[in-house]
Amino acid sequence: MSKFHTMTVARIAAGLRRREFSSVEVTRSFLDRIASLDGRLNSFITVTPELALAAAKAADARIGGGEAVTALTGVPYAHKDIFCTKGVRTSCGSRMLENFIAPYDATVTRHFRDAGMVMLGKTNMDEFAMGSSNETSYFGPVHNPWDLQRVPGGSSGGSAAAVAARISPFATGTDTGGSIRQPAALCGITGIKPTYGAVSRFGMIAFASSLDQGGPMAVTAEDAALVLNVMAGNDPRDSTSVEREKEDYARLLDAPLRGLRVGMPKEYFGSDGLDPRVGAAVHAAAAELVSLGASLVEVSLPNSELSIPAYYVVAPAECSSNLSRFDGVRYGYRCKEPRDLMDLFCRSRGEGFGAEVKRRIMIGTYALSAGYYDAYYLQALKVRRLIRNDFDAAFNQCDVILGPTSPTTAFRIGEKTDDPVTMYLSDIYTIAVNLAGLPGMSIPCGFADGLPVGLQIIGRHFDEARMLNVAHQYQQATDWHTRLPAPFA
Amino acid sequence: MSWEPVIGLEIHAQLQTKSKIFSGASTAFGSEPNTQACIIDLGMPGVLPVLNREAVRMAIAFGLAIGARVAPRSIFARKNYFYPDLPKGYQISQYEIPIVGKGSVRILLDDGTVKEIGVTRAHLEEDAGKSLHEDFHGMSGIDLNRAGTPLLEIVSEPDMRSAKEAIAYMKTIHALVRYLRICDGNMQEGSFRCDANVSVRRRGDPIFGTRCEIKNVNSFRFVERAINFEIERQIDVIESGGRVDQETRLYDPDGNETRTMRSKEEANDYRYFPDPDLLPVVVDDALVAAVRESLPELPEARRERFMAQYALSAYDAGVLTAGRELADYYESTVAAANGEGKLAANWVMGDLAAFLNREGREITDSPVTPAMLGALVNRIADQTISGTIAKKVFELMWNGEGDPDAVIARHGLKQVTDTGAIEKAIAEVMAANPQQLAQYRSGKDKLFGFFVGQVMRKMQGKASPEQLNALLRDKLAP
Repeated sequence: MSKFHTMTVARIAAGLRRREFSSVEVTRSFLDRIASLDGRLNSFITVTPELALAAAKAADARIGGGEAVTALTGVPYAHKDIFCTKGVRTSCGSRMLENFIAPYDATVTRHFRDAGMVMLGKTNMDEFAMGSSNETSYFGPVHNPWDLQRVPGGSSGGSAAAVAARISPFATGTDTGGSIRQPAALCGITGIKPTYGAVSRFGMIAFASSLDQGGPMAVTAEDAALVLNVMAGNDPRDSTSVEREKEDYARLLDAPLRGLRVGMPKEYFGSDGLDPRVGAAVHAAAAELVSLGASLVEVSLPNSELSIPAYYVVAPAECSSNLSRFDGVRYGYRCKEPRDLMDLFCRSRGEGFGAEVKRRIMIGTYALSAGYYDAYYLQALKVRRLIRNDFDAAFNQCDVILGPTSPTTAFRIGEKTDDPVTMYLSDIYTIAVNLAGLPGMSIPCGFADGLPVGLQIIGRHFDEARMLNVAHQYQQATDWHTRLPAPFA
Repeated sequence: MSWEPVIGLEIHAQLQTKSKIFSGASTAFGSEPNTQACIIDLGMPGVLPVLNREAVRMAIAFGLAIGARVAPRSIFARKNYFYPDLPKGYQISQYEIPIVGKGSVRILLDDGTVKEIGVTRAHLEEDAGKSLHEDFHGMSGIDLNRAGTPLLEIVSEPDMRSAKEAIAYMKTIHALVRYLRICDGNMQEGSFRCDANVSVRRRGDPIFGTRCEIKNVNSFRFVERAINFEIERQIDVIESGGRVDQETRLYDPDGNETRTMRSKEEANDYRYFPDPDLLPVVVDDALVAAVRESLPELPEARRERFMAQYALSAYDAGVLTAGRELADYYESTVAAANGEGKLAANWVMGDLAAFLNREGREITDSPVTPAMLGALVNRIADQTISGTIAKKVFELMWNGEGDPDAVIARHGLKQVTDTGAIEKAIAEVMAANPQQLAQYRSGKDKLFGFFVGQVMRKMQGKASPEQLNALLRDKLAP
């Protein structure tokens, strides 16, 4: 019974409930895989074996006692190191929080804890979630399991690599401009960015508050739906959390796709940046959906090219303010021997933050400055409105929108680090979804030279169940998502 | 050359909610440092603010009380700056769309005239913590108990033309927020603070001069002094050929002067933008109606009613309505005193105020209840006791001897109206003072008072003064 890593979350959960095996066995097996394999990936910043085994024992007792067992009690997972975990270091991939032990649990962490799930550790990420390659992490880059010379994408790169290498059954991610979907695409897994407001942001260290959203990263759409059931829900501690009835995100998984209208934005195809092999894989996936009963509709998102400039005003503006609390006064990194107050502020921040974080703080500070606010920030908000209007119009013609997640497959470590603008362009297809607050997901839809290609599915607000239905039906008909990188088989 | 000062005030009133504006931590004053700061007040990574609805209700109450429009949808913004006692590196405040728009209050000046002062806006915001510079051996300590306490910042129009007007305005707002029970008004604890914007111009000049902002002056007296000092300073600068620079100044009460704190060039760019963690504050008609329903009678209306109903002077009515508790006490007293408004006013503003003041007690903490004081007024009105004896009764009541009838009975203080008893005392006094009697009868009228005093003393103060006067005048007559 050491093949747990080939099992889905749904399969592990069913086995635990039927007592085919124990949570301690499953947890040990994954901890062993982390110990033997993660040296090559660097996907974890912190592994918590003792806590994990204690949680597994408690889960086994809970299952044994038959008391209040939830769907995923006893299932292990890897938690992105951006979610606060009481008593466990929460670094956000930064030197600034290298020694920060969170004094409280994020709402998402609490949901997992209450469900009796088992945290294996905290995953590597771009510093403060700013990056598309996991190279900005203070704890070193993460390696893509499909090619260790390549990036896993970012910012949730550690989570994506850990799931792709099956050293964790699933992981959490956060997505501000594509940070769940792009690494999911580059690592060949399934990742969902839910509708803004579906998952509580309380205890999720903020990058850009109006865009950030946590979500699951898993092997299958079904697993992602099961995990989202645990993660989502209204939280009175997050004012932007939407008050809605709890819903079962898996309820439509088995619905046939007959009559489904799939929108294909003409702007998404034929642009210079799109790798033709990625375009071909996406078209092939569209054809597969047609064979399952869906029809294709051409739609237009005319302002999509404005999404990157708008995003790179809004997100840095919010981040410049959100990251002001890291000042060396109360917690986190403090410079040695400050001369005075100003020196304490300047050197603590100068030494505690990495280059990409500082770049974005500078951009955001500039965009919010007196005299520039209207030209940048207000203008970006108007563009954001236009982008949302584009989607509203498109969704009058279709039920879901289909396109590539990333214009290319995984690039080499170091390839784009000197060229931030090229790096920013790798999020061209994902950013607009955040600006519009829509749910989006990426699922594997093929390979190019041995590297996974991601298919993006975008849904209407709070239409995750429909999006997951499309993904699940596609995964029933294909096997891209079941493939494992050879060294991790 | 005649100069005209132009003054506007920014008042920060701490709202007396139980918990903070964006967290569940307590707002009580005076606890051990950092014991009332939760993870949200500490600005821990990942925490989020949730608006306290009670603070919104209080702001609405203020808006209605000054006749302002309450914004149906107002926005919280972030004011960004670095300071050690500002945990998030930004203060959550309101910027472009405050919850309370333009309104006004009427102030009563010393000469009895009423002046209307415009209130530009009032907005909700959170307070910062405190930096403590003593006892840390060259370092600073940070106390975040106050961080996140709700404030209502009330910004006036530059409508005041003297320090006296500024103080009258400040006292009017002070009384108002206390009437509304939205702020305890405690200036020593910093619950009610004031920044003053001061400029001067030549009388008749339509354009304002350059203004200076005086920060954080924490008593009515200091505000008046600081403004007066600043007016004189600016006049001196201009008259000696200089120019007033726009700057922020700090008042030093020890030296009675203002000093430069920071110049305009050093002013922060606060980079305001809407706080993405908070939704717009939506105030619907039903909420406004509910708050309006709960408003008490406001000081100005109550003052006018007191003048009409109890025949009080504007001054008396003003003093008695300066605080809601005092006005309540007064009205309860009048009710217990069969409507003796003027007499009750004299007692509340006289002996009661003096006793409270001497012992530093609040009106709500008076050992003499309105029912007791009302009964005392009745005993004076029905001539059971004289005013002089009443003072003694009051003191005995204050010291816990119970209601006035019990005190009068126990100490035998009932006024003597028996003519025979008074005449007997007069005869004794006249017999004992033949020399004074002779002088009086030879025309030294002033000695009448001497005889009144002697007789009163003999009767232990219990004689009816009117009766005593009449009988004495009769007997002394040659």
